[in-house]
Amino acid sequence: MKAVYQKPESLTSETTIYCPGCGHGIIQKLIAEVIDELGVRERTIGIAPVGCAVLSYNYFNFDVTEAAHGRAPAVATAIKRLLPSRIVFTYQGDGDLAAIGTAEIIHAAARGENFSVFFINNAVYGMTKGQMAPTTLEGQITTTTPGGRNPQIHGFPIRVCELLSSLDGVTYLERTTTSSIQGIISTKKAIKKAILWQMQQKGMSFVEILASCPTNWKKSPADSMKWIKETLEKYYPVKVFKDPGNIL
Amino acid sequence: MRLKILNGCEASAEGAISAGCAFYAGYPITPQNRFPEYMSERMEHFGGVFIQAESETSSINMLFGAAAAGFRCMTSSSSPGISLMQEGISYLAGCELPAVIVNMVRGGPGLGDVTPSQSDYFQSTRGGGHGDYRTIVLAPWSCQEIHDHTYLAFDLADKYRNPVIVLGDGLIAQMYETVRLKPTKKRFPKKPWALDGCSGRKPNSLKSLFLTPGVLEAHNWKLASKWARIEKREIRCESYYCKNSSYIVVSFGTCARIAKEAVERARQEGTDIGLFRPITLWPFPYAQLAECLKNAKKVLVVEMNLGQMIDDVKIAARNSNARIFFYGRPGGGVPDPDEIYKEIKKK
Ligand SMILES: Cc1ncc(C[n+]2csc(CCOP(=O)(O)OP(=O)(O)O)c2C)c(N)n1
Ligand code: SF4
Ligand SMILES: [Mg+2]
Repeated sequence: MKAVYQKPESLTSETTIYCPGCGHGIIQKLIAEVIDELGVRERTIGIAPVGCAVLSYNYFNFDVTEAAHGRAPAVATAIKRLLPSRIVFTYQGDGDLAAIGTAEIIHAAARGENFSVFFINNAVYGMTKGQMAPTTLEGQITTTTPGGRNPQIHGFPIRVCELLSSLDGVTYLERTTTSSIQGIISTKKAIKKAILWQMQQKGMSFVEILASCPTNWKKSPADSMKWIKETLEKYYPVKVFKDPGNIL
Repeated sequence: MRLKILNGCEASAEGAISAGCAFYAGYPITPQNRFPEYMSERMEHFGGVFIQAESETSSINMLFGAAAAGFRCMTSSSSPGISLMQEGISYLAGCELPAVIVNMVRGGPGLGDVTPSQSDYFQSTRGGGHGDYRTIVLAPWSCQEIHDHTYLAFDLADKYRNPVIVLGDGLIAQMYETVRLKPTKKRFPKKPWALDGCSGRKPNSLKSLFLTPGVLEAHNWKLASKWARIEKREIRCESYYCKNSSYIVVSFGTCARIAKEAVERARQEGTDIGLFRPITLWPFPYAQLAECLKNAKKVLVVEMNLGQMIDDVKIAARNSNARIFFYGRPGGGVPDPDEIYKEIKKK
């Protein structure tokens, strides 16, 4: 019999804790596929966030460490500086990266630290059960914005790619989506480019990925995809912000 | 033998370099600004990594990464910066990662001042961050000792896979003394648990999260047995004229050095007095102090704070009949020998 599809070697056989329709499962599989395709599994080191993806070290079949909430870029900075020939990436949610860890990501980016960042923007705090995130949209209902996010009270959502695009230390910067097959294919491409740019030692490569959290959005997985496409992508346009050349 | 005139920051930095420190991250704060400045130059010279971090929070998490990758690493700061590091130190302890943290203590609370203090004793010896953990704490009283202690701290950190704190103060940080430098370390313990890519082995992971019921408790019991081992093996202290003395002064770090002068003077005048000086503040030398207190009628605890180590002295003295007195200077006050001498006489 001919095998037409196999689980990537970079994933373990562990069952994830992710809810049905969750973006994390899709994205982590893409990362694993890319690492397999580039043949770098044995020299990759991942840094897990505090968030729903906290157990990443159980799912990835390569070296992965925990990091305190938001501090993955600081942890990655040291690992990559000391082991420059390894592939180092952080995997971070919006609360992790754009709230508690804002200083760490901005400064790692400003220093041009040569690792890749996969930023999973689901516009909500998944793990703690649905509070407002820094990327929660205006009007979006969360458990701490029961009447919808009101900028007058809760402030405005942060567009992280736009913010980082002014920093010279960031080489490659793209926002992708997982709301369609097309989007998922582009996301995989972006993940691959980010790692390839890292291998060129050019500075930080950063991919923001719009992802679903059906559980906390209180939507079906199918409706969640629709909401990303029709609502989230409007505020966070899918776009290449920085790409220094053709690397694929 | 290499002799150099160095201040406490430089002496500690040289101790780290001799011990094979490959990574330093820090953020400026008085009274230890010389530390990152000196390290920036020295690490470049030795091919190590120096990073001026955006905050102490970031510094300590950089240490987490450096330690995770299997490298010897350190940071230095002073009290407010060390407060910011506490979550990170707790993670290091929970994940069993070796790292060295130098705290040149200044007066607090809050922004306090920039003068020498010992008011971070509780924070250093009781864990400091969240969770049930301990860090080894070394309290030097000279530039030579901060050099030696920093060097030792790296070995202890690796040996027990635990963060180690070197507790100096603003005085040690800024005073210059002659220091005999340690030879450069050549052989280091292997770290098969480190994360450097899973080439030829199963993947490694580092974590302090254990969600399965009972597993975190088991992890804590395992850590507890490690700390019990440290308590058994790593106690360090010094005593001067303590044998059979009826009056014992207990003091640590800079303050002990000042107190020693006062004790010497009192002895010259015939007072039956000795000085006991814990060098490891955790593990605290309870048994050694209890031994010194056998014939003691009076104990004077002298600290540059409102009375923190005195709690440990009371534990050590629980079977002694000696009366315990305290003399302290909080908020960056530094006593002089005369002041302590008068205090000795008063009691
Ligand atoms: C210092 C600290 N504060 C708060 C928390 C609690 N906490 C855990 S995960 C999380 C938010 C996670 O949201 P996000 O980063 O968006 O990840 P997601 O679960 O949505 O993927 C929070 C607030 C923590 N673990 N540590
Ligand atoms: S809560 Fe949301 S982000 Fe977390 S696993 Fe479930 S769907 Fe995914
Ligand atoms: Mg989120």
